[in-house]
Amino acid sequence: MTMKKPFAITLDPGSSLANKTGAWRTERPVYVDRLPPCNAECPAGEDIQGWLYHAEGGDYQAAWHHLVRENPFPAIMGRVCYHTCEGACNRGQLDAAVGINSVERFLGDEALKQGWQFDAPELETGKHVLVVGAGPSGLSAAYHLRRIGHRVTVIEAGEAPGGMMRFGIPKYRLPRDVLDAEVARIAALGVTFSYGEKVADIRASMAEVGADAAYLAIGAHIAKRAFIPAKDSAHILDAVAVLRSMEGEAPPMLGRRVVVYGGGNTAIDVARTARRLGATEAIIVYRRTRERMPAHDFELEEALEEGVKVKWLSTITGAEGGTLTIEKMVLDGEGRPQPTGEFETLDTDSLVLALGQDVDMSLLSGVPGLVAEDGVVQVDAATQMTGYPGLFAGGDMAPGTRNVTVAIGHGKRAARNIDAWLRGEVLAPKVPKPVAAFDALNPWYYSDAPKTLRPQLDIARRTSSFDEVQGGLTEATALFEARRCLSCGNCFECDNCYGVCPDNAVIKLGPGLRFEINLDYCKGCGICASECPCGAIEMVLEEG
Amino acid sequence: MTQPIKFYQTGTFTVGNRLLPEDLRTVQSSEARDNSLNSGHRACQGCGEALGARYVVDAAMRATGGQLIAANATGCLEVFSTPYPETSWQLPWLHSLFGNAAAVGSGIAAALKVKAQKAGQAQSTIRVIAQGGDGGTTDIGFGCLSGMFERNDDVLYICYDNEGYMNTGVQRSSATPPAARTATTQPLGPEPGAEFGKGKNVPLIAVAHEIPYVATATVADLHDLEAKVEKAMSMHGARYLQVFVPCPLGWGAASCDTIRLARLARETGLFPVFEAENGEITAVTKIRRPVPVDDYLRLQKRFAHLFGPKGHPETIARIQAMADKNIKRFGLMAEEGAA
Amino acid sequence: MIKQTEGSQAVAEAVALCRPEVICAYPISPQTHIVEGLGALVKGGELAPCEFLNVESEFAAMSVAIGSSATGARTYTATASQGLLFMVEAVYNASGLGLPIVMTVANRAIGAPINIWNDHSDSMSQRDCGWIQLFAESNQEALDLHIQAFKLAEEMSMPVMVCMDGFILTHAYEQVDMPDQAQVDAFLPPYEPRQVLDPAEPVSIGAMVGPEAFMEVRYLAHAKQTMALDRIPEIAAEFHEVFGRDAGGLVRGYRIEDAETIVVALGSVVGTLEETIDTMRAEGVKIGVLSIRCFRPFPMAAVRAALARCARVVVLEKSFAVGLGGIVSTDVRLAMVRIHVRGYTVVAGLGGRPITQDSLLRVLRLAVADELKNLTFLDLDWDIVNNHLAREAASRRTGPIAENLLRDIGASAPTRKARP
Ligand SMILES: Cc1cc2nc3c(=O)[nH]c(=O)nc-3n(C[C@H](O)[C@H](O)[C@H](O)COP(=O)(O)OP(=O)(O)OC[C@H]3O[C@@H](n4cnc5c(N)ncnc54)[C@H](O)[C@@H]3O)c2cc1C
Ligand SMILES: Cc1ncc(C[n+]2csc(CCOP(=O)(O)OP(=O)(O)O)c2C)c(N)n1
Ligand code: SF4
Ligand code: SF4
Ligand code: SF4
Ligand code: SF4
Ligand SMILES: [Mg+2]
Repeated sequence: MTMKKPFAITLDPGSSLANKTGAWRTERPVYVDRLPPCNAECPAGEDIQGWLYHAEGGDYQAAWHHLVRENPFPAIMGRVCYHTCEGACNRGQLDAAVGINSVERFLGDEALKQGWQFDAPELETGKHVLVVGAGPSGLSAAYHLRRIGHRVTVIEAGEAPGGMMRFGIPKYRLPRDVLDAEVARIAALGVTFSYGEKVADIRASMAEVGADAAYLAIGAHIAKRAFIPAKDSAHILDAVAVLRSMEGEAPPMLGRRVVVYGGGNTAIDVARTARRLGATEAIIVYRRTRERMPAHDFELEEALEEGVKVKWLSTITGAEGGTLTIEKMVLDGEGRPQPTGEFETLDTDSLVLALGQDVDMSLLSGVPGLVAEDGVVQVDAATQMTGYPGLFAGGDMAPGTRNVTVAIGHGKRAARNIDAWLRGEVLAPKVPKPVAAFDALNPWYYSDAPKTLRPQLDIARRTSSFDEVQGGLTEATALFEARRCLSCGNCFECDNCYGVCPDNAVIKLGPGLRFEINLDYCKGCGICASECPCGAIEMVLEEG
Repeated sequence: MTQPIKFYQTGTFTVGNRLLPEDLRTVQSSEARDNSLNSGHRACQGCGEALGARYVVDAAMRATGGQLIAANATGCLEVFSTPYPETSWQLPWLHSLFGNAAAVGSGIAAALKVKAQKAGQAQSTIRVIAQGGDGGTTDIGFGCLSGMFERNDDVLYICYDNEGYMNTGVQRSSATPPAARTATTQPLGPEPGAEFGKGKNVPLIAVAHEIPYVATATVADLHDLEAKVEKAMSMHGARYLQVFVPCPLGWGAASCDTIRLARLARETGLFPVFEAENGEITAVTKIRRPVPVDDYLRLQKRFAHLFGPKGHPETIARIQAMADKNIKRFGLMAEEGAA
Repeated sequence: MIKQTEGSQAVAEAVALCRPEVICAYPISPQTHIVEGLGALVKGGELAPCEFLNVESEFAAMSVAIGSSATGARTYTATASQGLLFMVEAVYNASGLGLPIVMTVANRAIGAPINIWNDHSDSMSQRDCGWIQLFAESNQEALDLHIQAFKLAEEMSMPVMVCMDGFILTHAYEQVDMPDQAQVDAFLPPYEPRQVLDPAEPVSIGAMVGPEAFMEVRYLAHAKQTMALDRIPEIAAEFHEVFGRDAGGLVRGYRIEDAETIVVALGSVVGTLEETIDTMRAEGVKIGVLSIRCFRPFPMAAVRAALARCARVVVLEKSFAVGLGGIVSTDVRLAMVRIHVRGYTVVAGLGGRPITQDSLLRVLRLAVADELKNLTFLDLDWDIVNNHLAREAASRRTGPIAENLLRDIGASAPTRKARP
């Protein structure tokens, strides 16, 4: 029964829908995806926000699959990556950066535990690519090339894969079972590995395997030496050799008092290794101050906790028998160390030089068009291709910051450009999305949640064993940590826009499908944009 | 009132939370929400009152399973929602006059009670809300409101407080704050804007009636607002909810700042958010990120005369003192442990 | 059942027989006894289920009534005088919304000066508010009209005011025939609203209507009242059938068939007039009285028909439009357009001034002789009036009128010295 309603005074529901208030609008809201600053700062180009989104929901497998689209090594990353992403993380401006790296490790470990595998290539291209060097950069390139469907052969001089991840980074930071497992997964994709084979002439090797293109990632392995007047009796070693020998049968004989010369992460790793090998004193001698040290402060901090000592503003000017001569330095106006003429001596059983490495470019001799400058092979920064067509290079041997993640990023970029090159194409340069800066966010909506710290091994065991120092997050803490992400610049379906519109002009499309503006009714007030926590809505002028 | 679950990223504060079980999500996050105040209404862009009304009525609709009738006072809410031939309301709704919404609500409740008795029920399953602007509530409708309270009629009255008579062109009401410019408190003379020492605090007056439930809320805290509506609807007798609803037009604020302003009003302490039952204050919402009143005032042209070269820093200080007084009186600072 | 009772009590009982569901009450003399009586019936459980609300003002009373009526409840309230004015905004609203509320107005003067006694100023002030206005001549008719009022209101979706003279009827003990419940139930069906607030079928009642439709809305209200002119006599006839009594209808004539002079009046004064008419008839004067029982809608045709054959009309009214004259007269004159009769207005009984047989005989004799002024104030004390006017002409600050008047009639000892 419907009422016989009085004229005009009594109205039926829903009738206001006839009034299309969208006509009032001068600006319209538009959903955008901005580049989260973490992603922008990830040298491997991971979609951090993207995989955290899945992790937040507890779907770790989806998160892992999303992650490895860019980087096949989450378990390794979670241990050795210097996580520049966290330095850029917007949450750092609220309380503390999201523990991206620890969640990444959790996902990596979870994948190993669960035996998750990469998706097999969807097709075989019939092309063959040679990768030289099974360090992170070569492995990354091999992985991405294989996933695209290319045949890949990796030739590695050493007896095992990993490059500096195996022969440099100590076990207490990167357990070898983790490294082995993540590399094995790449092999399982169908990549061919050949160990103990050193490429001497790249063009010959390419021809030998019948490669259509090649990626060079041989790293930088020749230790730099400093001129230290020394008598023969002085026991002087180089850091890379020391660390490499840790992988051999017999550990290096360093003695009870060890001095390490240098200020990088390698110096610290050697000093910490020495402590674990039983040195009662491990002293780092460094020319400048702590603030100017290239090593990461957290690594220094861990070393200091383990009893490593540092002599700041000091150079070694001579070595004789067990005695080193040290000169005190001062920093000049530009922060460069200057000698003071003040000397002291330091007794030691061995001196380890950790002064950096050079690239061995012998295999490249005679390759036309190739340019070596500043001790590295020059490449096109957008494609990683050297001056010789079809020959690509990356990692420590190419320009750039030397670390695992950069090397992996090079490998990925090279793989995608090799693929394009093989198809006779050039990849269009990526138009960078605008970064979701902190001031594009409305951080009010995120509740307070301080970062979860990873557990650490107790000090006693850290100085007596090579057990892993840094623990992993539990499922609960990883979930918590993932959920601290602000999802900068990318809709995380918080329903704010849907909720706050005074005109019900936002249509919710359902889980995973995001939202749409109903332009029939949107008056363009801009509340949705200003109340979007993560800056995923932009107001743009209506034309006319 | 805070949510029991603390959800980091999606937080306690967003409308939705895909990580929460359905039944713990806000009404507003649901695709199936009633949209009791539907699209096509003629409120200004960014109208806080339109938003607040949908928040409240949708929550009340959910709490009552859609068994709800509303009485509405004259004012923006009425005018923008029901100009012939279009209504935006999706529930049975009655507009009578400017000053009688509470009494009309009482009448509806009385009728429902009798109908229920005739149907052999102890109580009506259909519930009643009455709503109006601050003018319709704290001024002209105050007598009816007080009467409804005093009789403990089974009505939830909601005052949408935009601090002035907006519908008639932004005149002062007894809810207009000191120093605010309105069409009848011009920014002229030695004490520009509304005078200090005037106005009334209807939530506290409601508390003094010792009715079952009194609460304040803002459009900036949906969870709190919905929880309060739900709680109110779980009770019987006279209940009062005052919702702070910024008015971009009347306040001279950007339409996109509506929620921000409501948030700042709470965070400055200028609009204390609390709950009271049977005459006793039972809960206050603590300030989460304290801010000086400047941050709030600056966004509104109605306070523009306080700033600029010929500003009135001493007036701002007086407003800050009001905020500080509220903070002390209601224990709004987390440390002050008055909860 | 015949019983001797007070008018207010009779109305209370009749209203209760109509099974109202919501009653709002706010005290004002001379209406108080009605709602007190109803309150007792509700409180004592005799009238159940029914909600009896003691509200805080007449404005609230009418507002509560609006809410309950719109929710489909049969709703009743009562007021008078200042109370009616206090609720005016809601009175207009109730009719504008088409809500069938029944309200008793126990007619009383309006201040200032405040005066609690009977006249028709209060109802007359609301003659244009869109309510149906019925006037009762006696307590019996008052109670009968209430029973009819609910039926009429609910059928028409329009509120009805039953006007009965304050004190003269409300406080008078008279014999009435009180119907029983079965009779009332037979006459008055349960309320079936035309529009109702119901979650099962939501509507918005009380929209804002602009120039594009407002005229139509107003006209429709008028059209409905015009329809009521047909329904009112029918309902009176139906009432007669069930209760065996005449009550209500539009107009009632007494000895008007051959009357050359017809006195038109509303309410209880008609009874007094009938006696006066009898006296004058005995003297051979062809005179009758026409009682207007339904003032709104105004029964133009019925009045015209009743007056068509007479030579003069005297409207005797207890109301007065300051600056113009009679209020009822104005409407009656409209009914007399094109019928050439002489018309006189006698304003009488304001503020409870007694209307005596002697005075009536005096003015009516003058009228019959066509010696009456067009506008006459029954028993006006011209000495007082002229004194005051003279004083005002002489001096600006004449002091309070009321005090001066009292001094003039020698009833007051002024509390402070009058200024020269
Ligand atoms: C002690 C130490 C600690 C470090 N710690 C970190 C850290 O914590 N985090 C971080 O991000 N980075 C760290 N780095 C740096 C990081 O290890 C390197 O930047 C990274 O491994 C470079 O990768 P790559 O693939 O370019 O080269 P590499 O890792 O050096 O791999 C090159 C591979 O090529 C092989 N190869 C060389 N020549 C030939 C040839 N002619 N034919 C065949 N194979 C050949 C080598 O055997 C080697 O396996 C550390 C470095 C050192 C030395
Ligand atoms: C009795 C009466 N007086 C005045 C008005 C005019 N009037 C209509 S709405 C309004 C202002 C409403 O102010 P408020 O209640 O605060 O609601 P808002 O429009 O601000 O939402 C006024 C004064 C009226 N409709 N009725
Ligand atoms: S909050 Fe999340 S999306 Fe934003 S920078 Fe940090 S990790 Fe990236
Ligand atoms: S407000 Fe929330 S739901 Fe809307 S776009 Fe932003 S993140 Fe997505
Ligand atoms: S909140 Fe609604 S009306 Fe305002 S801009 Fe966004 S979609 Fe449009
Ligand atoms: S004047 Fe204010 S309250 Fe009224 S519709 Fe506009 S924004 Fe809303
Ligand atoms: Mg207002």
